[in-house]
Amino acid sequence: MIPRPRPERFRLRRTMMFMNAQRPGLIKDAYIYGVDSIMLDLEDAVAENQKDAARFSLYHALKHIDYGDTEVIVRINGLDTPHWQEDVRVCVAGGADGVRIAKCESADDVRRIEEHVLAAEKEFGVEEGRTLLMAALESPKGILNAREICQASERMLGVAISGGDFRKSMHVRTERSGIEINTARSLMLLAAREAGIQCFDTVFTSLDDEEGFRAEVELDHAMGFDGKSLINPRQIAYVHKTFAPTEKEIATAELYVRSYEEQSKRGVGVYTVNGKMVDIPFIEDAQRVIALAKACGVYHGDL
Amino acid sequence: MQIETMAMAGTLESSDVQVTVEPGTAGIELRLESSVMNQYGRAIQKTVLDTLKRLGVSSARVQVVDQGALDCTIRARVECAVFRSAGISDKNIPWGGVVQ
Repeated sequence: MIPRPRPERFRLRRTMMFMNAQRPGLIKDAYIYGVDSIMLDLEDAVAENQKDAARFSLYHALKHIDYGDTEVIVRINGLDTPHWQEDVRVCVAGGADGVRIAKCESADDVRRIEEHVLAAEKEFGVEEGRTLLMAALESPKGILNAREICQASERMLGVAISGGDFRKSMHVRTERSGIEINTARSLMLLAAREAGIQCFDTVFTSLDDEEGFRAEVELDHAMGFDGKSLINPRQIAYVHKTFAPTEKEIATAELYVRSYEEQSKRGVGVYTVNGKMVDIPFIEDAQRVIALAKACGVYHGDL
Repeated sequence: MQIETMAMAGTLESSDVQVTVEPGTAGIELRLESSVMNQYGRAIQKTVLDTLKRLGVSSARVQVVDQGALDCTIRARVECAVFRSAGISDKNIPWGGVVQ
């Protein structure tokens, strides 16, 4: 038995890689890739007549495989299926760090899952409140209800858009520029930041289109996403590289934080550094950059 | 648990194991094939028998075709096959009870 530590609601989640929970060959060594979170899938990757087998396989993976620091989240079947209640039970009993709610459309959906999670925590003697939640927004209704979904529970760690289903419901195809889901991404980001939770972009499915993948990762980073869902280990490195602060960003952040400490002792609130005005919002951002650099393992200073 | 009908769980993919259970007459009759029979045959047999015992299965014909599965995968597949055989694999599984 591998007891997993209490999940952290806020942690580094640049990459979340999907793995079919029904396939032992995939889940047995998922931690070796260095991904921030793995997403064991009970939903679309598992055939309808193997849902039961996937749960047994998931339970034993959670209990017996040491995933180390890799976060383990489980994507459960939607509320419109006969599967989600047992999915919730097995996630909680196995000690998964979090549950990803597929096709989430309202705060009520989140609360319904939360009720069952709490009941399962009581049933299996798991610490109440331990199991985190995240929601996948896959429809126009889900996106338009992003605000209430993001604020629905103290267990919510973040929201993610699911591009395949969303594009289908909007009658659009994947465009190079991302124009077809730009509004949805933006609305979801606003709602997540308002609620103070994380926000993740959808998978990039054309595995052979390396250039397109890189362009999308850069777009995600520029838009302010915290991370991205992935379907293949070879996509991990580029996301980690793109989402880590650059040396120049780190140096500037250090300069801001140090100068602020000096200036505020002297009672100065706004001042200039290298010809640029600096005040509190810059300092808060600089502190965020340093915290991110530390989490990414690229900070070597002493702040 | 009683093995009432024939049931199967698992696949023939690498790292998986396919387990078939059928009603038996004389205790547990186990037939085992494995890609790693020489190294792990006895360990696999023990895992299968221990799991059946934990589930309270005392009579069954069991076929196991192993492709190098971990212990936890073997347990998962045996349990799923037995629960399927009893027609109760879909809900209210005793996680952490007889399933562990």
